[in-house]
Amino acid sequence: MLQGVINSIRESQVWSSIFRHGVPRDRRTRVMAVMSNLFLHLHPVAVRKSGIRLSFTWCMGGLTFFLFIAETISGVLLMFYYRPVVEYAYSDIIQMRAALTLGVMREIHRWGAHAMIIAVWLHMMRVFLTGSYKPPREFNWVVGVILLVLTMLLSFTGYLLPWDQLAIWAITVGSKMAEATPFAGMNGPGRELLQLPGGIPIVTPYSDAKFLLLAGDSVGEAALLRFYVLHCIAIPLAAATLIAVHFWRIRKDGGISGPM
Amino acid sequence: MHTLISNTMPLLAAGAEQVTALDKFKDFVNRWSVPQFSLPLFLLLMIGAFFGYRKWTKPIIFWPMMIVFTVVYFGFIPLDDSYASILQKPDNVPISMMIFLTLFFLWLGLRQAAINDHNMEIGKPLIEEDREDKVLCWPDLVYTELLAMVLCTVVLILWSVLLKAPLESPANPAGPPNPSKAPWYFLGLQELLVYFDPWMAGVVLPGLIILGLAAMPYIDTNPKGNGYYTFKERKFAILTWMFGYLILWCVLIVFGTFLRGPNWNFFGPFQVWDSHRVDPLTNINISDIWYVVILDGKLPESMLVREWPGMVLAAFWFFALPYLMTKIRFFGRLRYQMGFARYYLMAVLFVVMMLVPVKMVGRWTMNLKYIIAMPEINFNL
Ligand code: HEM
Repeated sequence: MLQGVINSIRESQVWSSIFRHGVPRDRRTRVMAVMSNLFLHLHPVAVRKSGIRLSFTWCMGGLTFFLFIAETISGVLLMFYYRPVVEYAYSDIIQMRAALTLGVMREIHRWGAHAMIIAVWLHMMRVFLTGSYKPPREFNWVVGVILLVLTMLLSFTGYLLPWDQLAIWAITVGSKMAEATPFAGMNGPGRELLQLPGGIPIVTPYSDAKFLLLAGDSVGEAALLRFYVLHCIAIPLAAATLIAVHFWRIRKDGGISGPM
Repeated sequence: MHTLISNTMPLLAAGAEQVTALDKFKDFVNRWSVPQFSLPLFLLLMIGAFFGYRKWTKPIIFWPMMIVFTVVYFGFIPLDDSYASILQKPDNVPISMMIFLTLFFLWLGLRQAAINDHNMEIGKPLIEEDREDKVLCWPDLVYTELLAMVLCTVVLILWSVLLKAPLESPANPAGPPNPSKAPWYFLGLQELLVYFDPWMAGVVLPGLIILGLAAMPYIDTNPKGNGYYTFKERKFAILTWMFGYLILWCVLIVFGTFLRGPNWNFFGPFQVWDSHRVDPLTNINISDIWYVVILDGKLPESMLVREWPGMVLAAFWFFALPYLMTKIRFFGRLRYQMGFARYYLMAVLFVVMMLVPVKMVGRWTMNLKYIIAMPEINFNL
């Protein structure tokens, strides 16, 4: 009986419009399963056995990607409850704690971010130890380095949003460093060298690197909005685009590396 | 050296009679955990680990070591309150994860390197050498991925249910906490602020880390070790990179998160964070050493005259040293193999990285503050 129901579902017009192939049990349908699905199609149809051994890749690139997705989903949920203005930011976080159904969403988002950073470092370490940055994969390593920076910037910009003591002072430490940027920061060496004719300085407290970061001279309202937009829109979009490039290049460079 | 050790609050002096063996041990660890002892120790450990990689990576040696380490690491939580409070701070949990995962994966990588290096010597194939063995993505890879995702989800949910995300009191722009710390993944850089000014620690060095990482594939022309684990064929590359990553990045993060307390003073793992402790700063510049200590005179008025000894040293370090290194046979061969541009890019990045330990040693041995001190133009190196 059950088999009959399953079969009639499988033969229905709806099912066969979604899945263009039979159950992936033999070689042909398994190939079809990967080829006819946009997401699975990121993979090649066949891969070298050693390349997918867990002890070779440690699965760390894959987990970084998975955590990126998990962060996106939990982040979107958090956005429903959070307003990036000084009056509300902190109390929205408090209320989020009280709202039971979302009780762990903030935790998932925060710990997931930490985990993503650790995963991306370990991924880099494994790519380094297997020498997978060597030709022909040099450029994909460079893409990876940018992704590494973006991952840490994502986490850094998110750190400010709860608007508690931990948040603003951590970002203040960071902005002190921006202030010291050579040539471009108020306290940086070489700032005096950049002048318009007539001795008008180019780098002022309202035009230096710290101002660019904070949109103000300290961590305040404008910085919160700036970090929010960077955190929720600009950096995720850049990261998603580069991840797509990264995956595309893995395949164009001949798949996961292995001995020549 | 004596002043540095005495900073770690002599526990023994306090309650002389009831000092247990445990207290003695804690005091011992506190005294010896200061960077000037523990960083060289970590470096030695790392070098030992890489040269003895064929021995300790055997599971029968590694796992007992790992178990002992785990027991000691967590075993002190009930035995010491300050240690427990450091380790159990929610935002410090990722550091413990980082420590254990890094050790585990370092082992996993070096273990396979040991097997491969051995196999190459006796003419057997590498672990990775099964080119013809192609498998279909469905089911082999897809199922592994599914399993990894499920496991990761379970861990993440458990972690989130068990540990609340921290939320401190509302932001107060007038009341900085002491110490103010950057997020943990930047604490290696914040730790560098002890030795460098912000323009170096916060801008130039991180910039060069990113640049150096990106340039790496174009610098490393060694064709061997591409796509498989090995140590023997890439010793210089692996040791240099691991020195930067394990010691200068990871260990400094652990220092910055676990062992830096109020006023960024250093506290041993079993030491109470005392916010009233004042560590005397008696650091001196190269110009002081030259004009005051060696020549027994006064600092000259003019900045450029005053700082010439430091400028000569810096010029030597950044410009002459990369060339002089080629006189060492190993680097000479690299210079020849890599060509002019690659070699000098590599060598300059290398000496910049080495400036970090050199300045640390300068601080520990002669209280060195700046090699070049030009506060007039915010240029202190
Ligand atoms: C958001 C961050 C990143 C994601 C989602 C990501 C994802 C991945 C995935 C899924 C793979 C397939 C093999 C594997 O899992 O090991 C991979 C390979 C690779 N990744 Fe990444 N990665 C990221 C960051 C990086 C970083 C930081 C680097 C290096 C600095 C890097 C360099 C590479 C290279 C060179 C390969 C090819 C390795 C090979 O063919 O063996 N990636 N990446």
